Amino acid sequence: MKKNVYNGLYLVIAILLVLPFVLPNSFYLDLAVRMAINAVIVLGLNLLIGFAGQISLGHAGFLGIGAYASAVLPTHFGWHPLLAMGAGAVATGILAALVARPIFKLKGNYLAMATLGLGIIISIALRNEAQWTGGPDGMPVPAMGLFGFELTSDKQWYWVVALLLSVSVWASLNLIDSPFGRALRALHGSEVASQVVGVDVVRYKVAIFVLSAVFASLMGSVTAHYVGFVSPNFADFFHSIELVTMVVIGGMASVYGSLVGAVLLTALPQALATFEGWETVVFGAILMGCMIFLPKGLVPTLAAKFGKGE
Amino acid sequence: MLAQFLQFLFSGVTVGATYALAALGFTLIYNASNVINFAQGEFIMLGGMLAVLFTQAGLPLPVALMLAIIVPAIVGVLIEKLAIEPVKGAETVTLIIITIGASLVIRGLVAVFLGKNTHSLPPFSGDAPIEILGATLLPQSLWVLGVTALVVVALWYFFNRTLQGKAMLATSVNRLAAELVGINTGWVLFMSFAMSAALGALGGILLTPITMTSYDVGIMLGLKGFVAAVLGGLGNGLGAVVGGLLVGILEAMGAGYISSAYKDAIPFVLILFILFFMPRGLFGGKSTDRV
Repeated sequence: MKKNVYNGLYLVIAILLVLPFVLPNSFYLDLAVRMAINAVIVLGLNLLIGFAGQISLGHAGFLGIGAYASAVLPTHFGWHPLLAMGAGAVATGILAALVARPIFKLKGNYLAMATLGLGIIISIALRNEAQWTGGPDGMPVPAMGLFGFELTSDKQWYWVVALLLSVSVWASLNLIDSPFGRALRALHGSEVASQVVGVDVVRYKVAIFVLSAVFASLMGSVTAHYVGFVSPNFADFFHSIELVTMVVIGGMASVYGSLVGAVLLTALPQALATFEGWETVVFGAILMGCMIFLPKGLVPTLAAKFGKGE
Repeated sequence: MLAQFLQFLFSGVTVGATYALAALGFTLIYNASNVINFAQGEFIMLGGMLAVLFTQAGLPLPVALMLAIIVPAIVGVLIEKLAIEPVKGAETVTLIIITIGASLVIRGLVAVFLGKNTHSLPPFSGDAPIEILGATLLPQSLWVLGVTALVVVALWYFFNRTLQGKAMLATSVNRLAAELVGINTGWVLFMSFAMSAALGALGGILLTPITMTSYDVGIMLGLKGFVAAVLGGLGNGLGAVVGGLLVGILEAMGAGYISSAYKDAIPFVLILFILFFMPRGLFGGKSTDRV
């Protein structure tokens, strides 16, 4: 078991190394960068949803905080982008920790409601505070740089997010196998049983919620700098749903499922652009179809079919 | 002062009645199947949009409105048959995504076939406002409130005085036990989707002359209906009605006295506070989980 845990990781790294040399043009490179960014977010979200069994319908709100921290602080206050990114992550962490305690007394649908509400409040605030955020039109984000070197080309960004993704996969794999990860999986199975054997259920749920929120905030900052622009749509309810869908379609509680889900759902809108006007219908139908026929998600279903666990 | 307060109260109660109908829809489906139907808001939108379509097609108002209730009810049943029944017992997240998928399909189809424009219906009985203590009340508001009150009474009668209603209640308490005493729980599921879609559509039709409608109004209305249902204690019919009115009134008061820009945020701030301090909503009983 222990021996082949990292095989998938090596494969991911190999693909990431080869990819930029086989992609035909910058359109695909851009798509690859977006996929990798989403994959990191989904990895964090999957730790919360898949492994710990807690729903969050408001994660785009945390992405939004990170993205807008990277846009607002350097633009209006002249902060260094890295400092702004850190401030966004800290703010997100504090907010998540503050709301997490009362939220995680809730279960299932009540938890869904609370996280959904939180996300919507954040997105409405970003839309309304126009003097800082540019309101519904959004605002440009200054470039990310360090020691006079600026990250500008897609190629440079590709290597940055490829590194981030590899580290995230490695960290997730280790986290799941750590005592922390085992506690999470235990409380997913049965909260009462894990309490009985001494797992502080609320503390672990709060910890993983904060962790995944900070992940989201950091990647929100990365996206903002990469795209060079933020708009409130980035933080809205529909984006939260997209992220949850990536988790579920790829496969809950599956590290590689997160990657597959992120890749497929990032590519889907591009593929659907050919269905002029019908995108929403087709997207909805695909969501339903996947959930009805592959309720466990792609990777776990295929893994079970070919008799190989992850 | 008083006039202003009354004005906010009237508009709050009117919108609140629609939230109450949506919340009742959430409650019906939740009780029958434990599913939170995120497509509930789309039934509200469908009701309004179809009423516009059928009246513009020249059908007499009563016929157009009946059709605008029946078609969404059929859509509700289709969702249940095609998407909910095949995945019995799936995880909460899976069910949430299925209903969200359904809502996207409905919204997308309406955008394709009925367009993305905003539409309105003429008020059912004129638009001469009624003056009460300096505040004005639209006749359409009376329609909204009157019909909602009628629906609530009818539902009360249905669930407390008829065999079918009691069968639905029994199923929500304990599905297996209900099956054992011969209740057709498949039929109950069918009925609850049809009824909840019809309720949502009715709310949408009644509200359209006041607030207008378009293909994308369902999202916010549905989410606020969900807030109302949770506020009243998920699964509690009376709670849903009270929750709906409360959300409507507080939203109108907040928009009037605090900030109209944050109007849409008010229900969500409210629900977070309620859940923090009363995790089962206002009327939710204490529950114990079987281990």
